[in-house]
Amino acid sequence: MTTRARSRAVRKQPDRGQLADLLRRMMLIRRFEEKAAEMYARRKIGGFLHLYIGQEAVAVGAISTLGPSDYIVSHYREHGHALARGLEPGPLMAELFGRATGVSRGRGGSMHLFDVKRGFMGGYAIVGGHMPLAVGLALASSYLKNGRIVLNIFGDGAVNQGEFHESLNLASVWKLPVVFLCENNLYGMGTDVRRVSAEPEIHKRACGYNIPAERVDGMDLLAVREAARRAVEWARGGKGPYFLEAVTYRFRGHSMADPEFYRDKAEVERWKAQDPILRYRRHLEGEGLISEKETRSLEEGVEAAINEAVRFADESPEPPPEALYEYVYKEGK
Amino acid sequence: MAEITFREALRQTLREALLGDERVVLMGEDIGAYGGSYGVTRGLLEEFGPDRVRDTPISESAVVGAGIGAAMGGLRPVVELMTINFSFLAFDQIINNASKLHYMSGGQISVPLVVRMASGGGSQLSSQHSHSLEGWYAHVPGLKVVVPATPYDARGLLKTALRDENPVIFIEHTALYAMKGEVPEEEYRVPFGQASVHRPGRDVTIVGYSGSVHQSLRAAAMLAEEGLEAEVIDLRTLRPLDIDTVVESVKKTNRAVVVEDDWRTGGFAGEISSLIQERAFDYLDAPVARVCGADVPMPYNKRLETAALPSEEQIVQAVKGMS
Amino acid sequence: MISEVVMPQMGADMQEGTILRWLKREGDPVRRGEIIAEIETDKANVEIEAYESGVLRRILLPEGTTVPVGQVIAVIAAPEDDISRYLPVRQAGEREAAAAAAGVAAHKPAAVPERPAAAAEAPPAEAGRVRASPAARRLAGEMGVNLSRVQGTGPDGRILRRDIEAAKAPVAEAVPPAAVPAEAAAAPAMSRMRQAIARRMTQSKREAPHYYLTMDIDMTEAERLRRQLNEAAEGEVHISVNDVIVKAVARALRRHPIFNSWFVDGQAQQQQALNIGVAVALEEGLIAPAILDCGQKSLADIARAGRDLAERARSGVLKAEEYSGATFTVSNLGMFKVETLIAIIPPPQTAILGVGAVRKVPAVQDGEIVVRERMKVALSADHRVTDGALGARFLAEIRNFLENPISLLV
Repeated sequence: MTTRARSRAVRKQPDRGQLADLLRRMMLIRRFEEKAAEMYARRKIGGFLHLYIGQEAVAVGAISTLGPSDYIVSHYREHGHALARGLEPGPLMAELFGRATGVSRGRGGSMHLFDVKRGFMGGYAIVGGHMPLAVGLALASSYLKNGRIVLNIFGDGAVNQGEFHESLNLASVWKLPVVFLCENNLYGMGTDVRRVSAEPEIHKRACGYNIPAERVDGMDLLAVREAARRAVEWARGGKGPYFLEAVTYRFRGHSMADPEFYRDKAEVERWKAQDPILRYRRHLEGEGLISEKETRSLEEGVEAAINEAVRFADESPEPPPEALYEYVYKEGK
Repeated sequence: MAEITFREALRQTLREALLGDERVVLMGEDIGAYGGSYGVTRGLLEEFGPDRVRDTPISESAVVGAGIGAAMGGLRPVVELMTINFSFLAFDQIINNASKLHYMSGGQISVPLVVRMASGGGSQLSSQHSHSLEGWYAHVPGLKVVVPATPYDARGLLKTALRDENPVIFIEHTALYAMKGEVPEEEYRVPFGQASVHRPGRDVTIVGYSGSVHQSLRAAAMLAEEGLEAEVIDLRTLRPLDIDTVVESVKKTNRAVVVEDDWRTGGFAGEISSLIQERAFDYLDAPVARVCGADVPMPYNKRLETAALPSEEQIVQAVKGMS
Repeated sequence: MISEVVMPQMGADMQEGTILRWLKREGDPVRRGEIIAEIETDKANVEIEAYESGVLRRILLPEGTTVPVGQVIAVIAAPEDDISRYLPVRQAGEREAAAAAAGVAAHKPAAVPERPAAAAEAPPAEAGRVRASPAARRLAGEMGVNLSRVQGTGPDGRILRRDIEAAKAPVAEAVPPAAVPAEAAAAPAMSRMRQAIARRMTQSKREAPHYYLTMDIDMTEAERLRRQLNEAAEGEVHISVNDVIVKAVARALRRHPIFNSWFVDGQAQQQQALNIGVAVALEEGLIAPAILDCGQKSLADIARAGRDLAERARSGVLKAEEYSGATFTVSNLGMFKVETLIAIIPPPQTAILGVGAVRKVPAVQDGEIVVRERMKVALSADHRVTDGALGARFLAEIRNFLENPISLLV
């Protein structure tokens, strides 16, 4: 069977385990983020904290379509992406706590998570600044012909940055295997995307670079997954980049310090009513693909995993002061 | 030993790198069909094809970023930025990504990238095309900054750069491309962090790099006529910096002059002066002098431009002022 | 399980917050995620959520209180949990104690180490090159100290300014001082008086170009007159040799007022008053407080004033102008049998008379050998103000008065 035919076949038979796993991953992200918020309020986590609550379907939907050797290059609202990719909550929480057992050894923090073995190539704080890196990774894959594609995730705030345009152009003209995934949560920090974008329907910009594009409901896990599949297939087929705009919403502020003056509570409530986890859960339960008991069991498992993650982080040592200069350079041959 | 130009030394070295390692890929504006705006990559597109010698759009940020990403993905890219003046557009990539990736990933990611750029003024290209900002890059932890002054060093240092696992900023003074020098046929490399003494002397130490080395040598010749023997040191790399060689020299001569094209205020010459003062305080008979570019945007007019750059006369004056 | 409700960190730079409203009361059940209070930060009002489900067992601080970030303000727990250690707090002091009891973790930044520098260099000074700071070199040059004989107490044995000050040897001597060991710094510190004298004398020698004139004065008549006066006084007053000299100098200064000047701001300023300093030897050192207004004083006045001055000087109760108001000084070391005293001008004065002992010596008079009493004086004067010719005339004036002492009685 060709890959295409096989994937079609798989699609026909819903794999209960796999579907339940998708739900579990979303719950894991949700609970991790809630816990991170608590830990930040308790000063275990310092600096900035950008929560992914409400956007879980995008991370899980898109990343679940990647292969194990594919790359992800994300931005600073990345905990959800990391968890969706399979990074363990313990070392993730430890990184947020700044411990030596953190995924970036305590050197990166919330905005700079790395796990090379899982192809998770960061975690970047400059809006749009990471996009050229994704293009470069795709260049390497294309050149080495190793079949690895790159999922580049960014927000609506990045689409007016020069590097966005440069990256789309370069990926397109060199036909590189990048899936550009824009998580449009409607606000770049406190600024409504419509106020600052000549073309606020973000996916339409891709045509200026001859990149196929679509917009998808980011609160619908299965819709995201379907669209991501198309994108990944396209890229993996050597046809060049693909552009996805997932419209979603973050239920919390931009970061912990955000008092949210720029959007009204009614809007937030409207979006909360579309909670992707509830939506997906109801879908599964409705289709008889999961029972309430199983759901509860998933919840308990997630709760335990997150509590364990906090315990692990809490008990982990900090990097010693003598190690300040470690990793400035790679000392090689 | 062959006598070849600085440009040719670079070209040969790049060619050998392309031949010897499949992972080496060149990227830059007009490096392919045009042959490189300074001719460094002439003929390479024809020999190695467009997959390995890639003409890029005018897109410094994305191009350098792609170079970084490609290095992350297992290639050994060499990005050419037409001049250091355009590198500002790629500052975000160089400083926020390249220099920091190894550190903020806790050692997981390395960026074996070489970014080559032409630098320097003196050709009446006016203020936006005449910068010498080696010092800005040398300021950044996580980068290595290489400034060859001779064809021998250009080749030897580029070879080392191509094998380094860290991002290397390789800066070539435009005035040196046509300079001829002896380059051995045999295999050799010039390590980073090793300054070279071009001319021994006992009366004063003149420290320079890149273009200013040759000015310093000319100034030394002028001083010799007056009985002052200057020791001229070429730093070769600014990061890592070989201050030990400079200090050893100052212990002998008790006087130091640092020469660089860059603006005087806040320039790297200040860093070198400070290091000399720290390490050789008891050996100084005079404060360390600096001969630097004037704190002005580079003017177009020829005389003004010349006045804005260090000259042999200024170096000689500085030396005589401390004797 | 117990969940502490803390004043949350809601932004990297938040330091404290104010409790605006409790939305739940003590005893209310709460669900995880439920909003239980409203707080005010400097940027905005924020809602606090319960992180665990349970009962809001205790509210520790009332609405309106401002607390630092991290402080426990309420406790959520199951009904059976023991929360006795959380006490409601009313005053600041108690607040602190409660915070401590509740185990609020202190936030300590890790100490950042210095970049491990390459091993500090301690190269030995090369032959011919002495390790001395620029400041030390300058001072050594001024003070005429030979650097190579000075032991440095600075890093790596570097000679510092303080080493030069400690090593200063008398200028006249060709033999340099023995190398001052590092322990010299630990030797008894100079008394403040000694330090002051050192400063002034150094300044004088540095700034005033001294010239010196010596003269041999016949004191026979003056001594005869003095003895007669003392006999006649019958103890009411005792006139010393120095008193006579001071009187003579005062008379001479009236005629040569240029020697009664102060050198200030680059010029000599003649002083009106004739305040003549006389040397008084104290334990701590030699000082020369002034007998004020000698121009108006008789010989007896000067005698009384001089004695009084000496007494008060020894007890340390001199007036400010006596300390520093001298316009001319007479420094007499005759009591120690010193033959000639070539003195240093005490600034801002512009001259000083050094006086030696009165000695009985053979002399020729009218072809015969007789015994005369003679005394050597030396005038040190500031060449910026006067010169040898003026000095000679002034000295001659003093000699005249002393060799014809009757004139001093008026």
